Amino acid sequence: MKLTFWQRLDVVVRALFPCLITLMLVVASALPLPAPSLSHIMPMLPLIAVFYWAVYKPDLFPLWAVFLIGLVQDLLSGGPIGVSAIAFLSLQAAVNAQRRRFVSASFAKIWLLFSIFSAAAFALMWLLISFSMMLFVDPMPLLFQFLLTVAVYPCFAWLMVRGQRAFER
Amino acid sequence: MSKLAGSVSRVATPIKAWWPRIAFIFLISVAFALMLLGRSDALLIERARVAVMDGVAPFLDLLVRPVDTVGDAIASAQEMADLRAENQRLRSQNERLLHWEAAAHRLDAENEALRRLTKMAPDPRMRYVSARVVGDPGGAFVRSVLINAGDREGITRGQAAVTGEGLVGRIAEVGQRSARVLLLTDMNSRIPVVVGGRRYRAVLGGDNTAQPALLYLGPTAEVLPGDRVATSGHGGVFPVGVPVGLVSQVADGTIKVRPFVDWDHMEFLRVLDYELPGILRSLDKTLTGQALAQSSGTADVSTPPRGGESQEP
Repeated sequence: MKLTFWQRLDVVVRALFPCLITLMLVVASALPLPAPSLSHIMPMLPLIAVFYWAVYKPDLFPLWAVFLIGLVQDLLSGGPIGVSAIAFLSLQAAVNAQRRRFVSASFAKIWLLFSIFSAAAFALMWLLISFSMMLFVDPMPLLFQFLLTVAVYPCFAWLMVRGQRAFER
Repeated sequence: MSKLAGSVSRVATPIKAWWPRIAFIFLISVAFALMLLGRSDALLIERARVAVMDGVAPFLDLLVRPVDTVGDAIASAQEMADLRAENQRLRSQNERLLHWEAAAHRLDAENEALRRLTKMAPDPRMRYVSARVVGDPGGAFVRSVLINAGDREGITRGQAAVTGEGLVGRIAEVGQRSARVLLLTDMNSRIPVVVGGRRYRAVLGGDNTAQPALLYLGPTAEVLPGDRVATSGHGGVFPVGVPVGLVSQVADGTIKVRPFVDWDHMEFLRVLDYELPGILRSLDKTLTGQALAQSSGTADVSTPPRGGESQEP
C-alpha cells in the first residue's frame, strides 16, 4: 500500500505531536507575564509534558528528543546549559524504569507519582545549578515552582489527553 | 548460515536490550560535557543561545501582543476606578515639577556656561533604540528578558537598557533580531554606580532578589536609606547618571537598593547606544565578547572576581 504525500504528512505530524507540544510549552513558558515576579515561580510546564508523554506515549517520545527539548529550554532560559536536559532525561529514564507502577494506575496515583518524580527532578536541577554556578543557590523559588507545577499538573494533563485523542484518531 | 545468524543475534540481542541505557548514559554525558563547556568556552554556547533566541523571538513577538493587550485592558480598568484621585495627585505633582523645570533650565544654562568656561570635553552623543519585551524566560535562577531588537537595529553587548523610570539592565547577548537583557537583579549582574549626593563609588550587584545590594563601597562612605543611586559610567559602556534606584535599607554591612523600574509593566525598553569617541570604540573591535562584558561590568572598579562572575549566565 502506497501512501499519498498528505497521508504521509499526516502520519509524520501525528508522530511528532508529543515533541511539538512539549516544545510549544517550552516557548510558552518564556512569555512575559504581566507580573514578572510570578515568572520566577512559574510552573515548569515542559516537565509536565515530558512526564506525561513518557508515561503514555514513550514510543513517540525518544530519548534524543527529550535531550534536545531540554537543551532548547536551557539555551532559551539563559541558565547553565545542560541542567534541564539532564533533569528531563532522568525523569524519563525514571518513568521507564518504574513503568509497571503506571500500568492501569488511577489518575490520582499518577498525579502522586508525578509529584514524587518531579520533586526528584527539581532537587537534581537545584544541585546541578549550584554545581555549575559554584555557589549556593537559594532553593526557595524552586520549591514554589515545584509546588505550582504539581498543582497545575491535572490541568495540563487534561489538555494533553484531549490533544492525544484528537491526534490518535 | 543459520549458525552465523544465530551468533549475530546472540551479539545483537543484548545490545538491543541495552541500547536505551547506552543512549541514556551517552546523552547524559553529552549534557554534562556541555555544562562544563559552558563554563569554559562561553563563545560557542553563546552562539547556540543566540540562534535559539533568534528562532523563538518572532513567535514570542506574535504571542506577546495579546498578552500585553489584556494587561493594558486590566490596567486601564483599574485606572478608571481612581481617576479623580489620580487627577488630583497629578495636578499637585505638575505644580511641583514646574518649579523643578525652571530650576533645571537655570542649572542647564549655568552648566553650559561653566563647561564653556573650563573648555570641558563634550559628552558623547547618545542614540536610542526602542524595543518590545517579548520574553521573560528566566525561571527560578536567571533574571533576564528578551527584546525584539538585535544586531540589525545596532544593538551591541554591554549597552544599557532603560525604561522611563530608570535602568533595567544591560545587553548580555545579541542575535540578528533579538537580544537578551540581563536585569540588574540577576545574580550575575554587576553595575558600577555612584551613591548619594557625595557620589560614593560602588558596584550594584544583583542577587536574584527584588533588591540588589551595593558592593565594594569604601569604608568611609556614609550611606542612608533614601540616597539616590545612579550609574557612574565607569567602564565606559554605560552613560553617566542613568537613575537606578533608592537605597532602601542599611543593615549590618549590607545595603539594599530598590530599583526605580516598575518590573510589572515593562512592555517596552530603550537601549542606549552611547558613542564614546575614539579609544573605546576601537577597543570594542579587538576585545572578545567575554572581555567586553567584563569591562562593561566590573573591570574598571578593580574588584576581585567572584566565582562564576565573569561567566555569562
